[in-house]
Amino acid sequence: MKTHTLSLTQLAKGLRAKEYSSVELVRGFLDRIDAHQPTLNAMVTILREPALVAAQAADKDLAAGRGGPLTGLPIVHKDLFCTEGVLTTCGSHMLDNFVSPYDATVVAKLKSAGAITVAKANMDEFAMGSSNETSYFGPVRNPWNTDLVPGGSSGGSAVTVAARLAPAATATDTGGSIRQPAALCGVTGIKPTYGRVSRYGMIAFASSLDQGGVITTSAADAALLMREMSGFDPNDSTSVDIPVPDYVAELDAPLAGLKIGLLKEFFDTGLDAENEKRIRDALAVYERLGAKIQEVSLPNLPLSVPAYYVVAPAECSSNLARFDGVRFGHRAKDPRDLMDLYKRSRGEGFGAEVKRRIMTGTYVLSAGYYDAYYLKAQKVRQLIADDFKRAFGTVDVLMGPTTPTAAFPLGDKTSDPITMYLNDIYTIGANLAGLPAMSIPCGFVGGLPVGLQIVGPHFSEGKLLNAAHAFQRETDWHSRVPEPFK
Amino acid sequence: MALTREQIENIAHLARLQLQPAELAVYQQSLSSIFDFVGELNKADVTSVAPMAHPLPGQSQRLRADVVTETDRHEINQQNAPQVAAGLYLVPKVIE
Amino acid sequence: MTEQGMSETGWETVIGLEIHAQLATKSKIFSGSATAYGAPPNAQANLVDLGYPGVLPVLNGQAVRMAVKFGLSIGAKISRHSVFARKNYFYPDLPKGYQISQYELPIVARGSIEIVLDDGAKKVVGVTRAHLEEDAGKSLHEGLPGVSGIDLNRAGTPLVEIVSEPDMRSAKEAVAYMKKVHTLVRYLEICDGNMQEGSFRCDANVSVRKKGAEKYGTRAEIKNLNSFRFVEKAINYEVARQIDLLESGGKVAQETRLYDPDKGETRSMRSKEEANDYRYFPDPDLLPVELDDEFVETIRATLPELPDQKAMRFSSQYGLSEYDAGVLTASRELADYYEAVAREVPKEPKLAANWVMGELAAALNKDGIEVQSGKLPAERLAGLLKRIEDQTISGKIAKEVFEAMWATGATADAIIEEKGLKQITDTSAIEKAIDEVMAKNPGQLADFRAGKDKLFGFFVGQVMKATGGKANPAQLNELLKKKLPG
Repeated sequence: MKTHTLSLTQLAKGLRAKEYSSVELVRGFLDRIDAHQPTLNAMVTILREPALVAAQAADKDLAAGRGGPLTGLPIVHKDLFCTEGVLTTCGSHMLDNFVSPYDATVVAKLKSAGAITVAKANMDEFAMGSSNETSYFGPVRNPWNTDLVPGGSSGGSAVTVAARLAPAATATDTGGSIRQPAALCGVTGIKPTYGRVSRYGMIAFASSLDQGGVITTSAADAALLMREMSGFDPNDSTSVDIPVPDYVAELDAPLAGLKIGLLKEFFDTGLDAENEKRIRDALAVYERLGAKIQEVSLPNLPLSVPAYYVVAPAECSSNLARFDGVRFGHRAKDPRDLMDLYKRSRGEGFGAEVKRRIMTGTYVLSAGYYDAYYLKAQKVRQLIADDFKRAFGTVDVLMGPTTPTAAFPLGDKTSDPITMYLNDIYTIGANLAGLPAMSIPCGFVGGLPVGLQIVGPHFSEGKLLNAAHAFQRETDWHSRVPEPFK
Repeated sequence: MALTREQIENIAHLARLQLQPAELAVYQQSLSSIFDFVGELNKADVTSVAPMAHPLPGQSQRLRADVVTETDRHEINQQNAPQVAAGLYLVPKVIE
Repeated sequence: MTEQGMSETGWETVIGLEIHAQLATKSKIFSGSATAYGAPPNAQANLVDLGYPGVLPVLNGQAVRMAVKFGLSIGAKISRHSVFARKNYFYPDLPKGYQISQYELPIVARGSIEIVLDDGAKKVVGVTRAHLEEDAGKSLHEGLPGVSGIDLNRAGTPLVEIVSEPDMRSAKEAVAYMKKVHTLVRYLEICDGNMQEGSFRCDANVSVRKKGAEKYGTRAEIKNLNSFRFVEKAINYEVARQIDLLESGGKVAQETRLYDPDKGETRSMRSKEEANDYRYFPDPDLLPVELDDEFVETIRATLPELPDQKAMRFSSQYGLSEYDAGVLTASRELADYYEAVAREVPKEPKLAANWVMGELAAALNKDGIEVQSGKLPAERLAGLLKRIEDQTISGKIAKEVFEAMWATGATADAIIEEKGLKQITDTSAIEKAIDEVMAKNPGQLADFRAGKDKLFGFFVGQVMKATGGKANPAQLNELLKKKLPG
């Protein structure tokens, strides 16, 4: 039985109907993970024994009619989420020996809903990257074409779902790190509103931009997981105390009348012509469903990438200062003195992109440069947020491409950081403004997936999922699986 | 915006990152091009715009009750420590 | 060089103090760890205090209330909107690689504190600001060859940093200010003021300039002075050092220095020599602290009678001198004690004051305890004073009774009874004693009657000796005056 192609929602039903057991299910996915690890390198740590033990306990719960909405279902966590008693590496040599003493709130919430952690997904080091090529544990490969990148930084999570190694994976998004790999891998990804999902235990890259979300095969699955992982957390001061709607219940609300804004700036040069055709086709589907499309403009949006590359490195330079070889993580051998301990532990522990961003951030915060860079970038950020707010005065959601091109070859963009940074050109705005955003598959170009991005106002996750679900009822892009993984 | 080698060395020192001489040149180049790119921000008219403190407007800091909720878990917490003795984290001698 | 000498040479001293007071909260400012002093190393350092990956700060409301209380007590404006900022630097006792503090927008803005100098003159010292921040951990160097041991129990303890204007012009003024702040924070019950345990620390910024000069001279900062004596000595040493340096053509370096109490000198701190670029920026993990009028007024209502107010009231209510009122109100506990005693002997407030400031203070000092130790409850001391008031015993005998009370914990009455110390007020008994003494000392009697008036004292002494010190002195004097001349 090809349980690996079933959605999370279908698997949950199947388990309850006793069509298969959790142990069978989990073992099946673990076998797939093992089989494809050499080619895809999607995982850092595989948790075979603990997962099977948990599956046995889940089967008992299911037999007794107990358990939660996710009981017995396997899930993969991006290796940025702290998992108690399990290696948590952030894709970095700095933490390649770090066993977390606690669970991130996201992990704890999904665990108490019954989900079983089968593996920790590979990722760009400390979430910095758009191609999953900066991981200390080697690059992750795109299952649609293993010479190509899967996108990043949640490359491992996107590949996990695209290759059906698990029905869902948690991921994080600071500048597009959920949406961009989801687009390049042909799967569904959602980044919630800032503050919707707790950041406690989600190792920080850029605190005012990071959000935890999920990558799944469908909006329906994403709705289920979002409902379970969202909510106020007293351990996170930036966590918002607003009730979590039942996103699953809202999925089938009628779409007609949905006002969709097409961002003029999203369709500017840089977008591949074929990609643009797929996006326009997708928009035609929405029109058929009764949505109304109009053009909107966010004039300051082109400044989002430069603003991001000031704010994010600034915050990360401070967040990563705790990695100093003293209390955890990599420590240089035989340090001569304290300065040597710091400089060598950090010089050895961090990869090039991380060091680059730490230095960028250190510079923009330093004496004499704070006003010109950091302060200015935060002001531009406010302008961009105001642009979005204005746009949402006339439309319900914004749509457009998630990425300028489809997946590109490994090694293609690693020499020039700016070229890599421009991969995030469509996604970064939502992070700067703290808005929820999704990417859903909407077609192929040259055999490679294309993603449609949907952005909404604060706390409109329900509306985004509803719109995505409506599209996925009309089309089957989201059900496509690369040939070797069917 | 071109950064000098000395500036790169200062930044690396502030950030406590040891760089090899070859690396210095690479970072000098990539950081210079990053700051060229970031210079685009100067195009924006930000007079009378307040810097964004937090993405969600109108939020204020929640105050926690003054209650002790933690117990002594230093043994568990120190499982990841590279060098510990008698409960203390060890570093090369700090002279004050 | 004496302070007098300094002003004669035409140099003026300028001093500003930065006082760090640990707030007496039960838990830390950003975590639920205990703040109690003296725990085994790292027993009170949880994951947040240790700066573990993924952890986040949550603000202790009591720390905020205590800071506001302080601000109100110095007549300062309370900022309705204040912001926590990160102060970034690397040091082993700073686990995150940054200290959460406040920079541009502190919780307490400008206030002032009035001090009284030794000669009774009053001076107002400006307080520039006071802000909240977290304390760092401790580095231990003893008994650890080649390494230092880091204990993070103290990391995260809430501090209020109180910054004075550079208004002080001598070490004595600085000490008076420091003492006043010390008294104030203890009155407010926001800090226990225990300098040995490090709850109350002072950094002194010291510079000199030619009298009449407009600009300030370069200042040196002397860190971590933890006693009033050290503050005075360190400042005096530093002023002399700077004047010597300048007079011999040198320049004062802007640097951090430590006071060595054994050598009695300040020296430059090697490890913190380089000027640090702290790269302050608002902490994205914490939201702005917004206080409304209700919050502030609720705290204002809890303000106790402040030291200055209490001293003024003591002067008018109890007829005490300004100096005495000042001594008695140096601590709230002492002031409360005094009032409890005075209540019992309402006709003798000065007697009560003399005893509390005299015998009681000396005994407390000798035993190294505070009045709140409860060794001699107020009613018990009052019991002794009542016996002086009603002339059961003389002041001199009372001292003997006090010593016995202190040693045994018995009441005054019990001791007077047991030792038979009742004053002799029976005229005939005193006369009898006088007669006996006169009879035993015919030579001195003759000399006195011949004009040696000084021998009066001899007879007083002899009669006192004969009556075991119990003769009422006033009566004895009267009767001797009558009988001696013959």
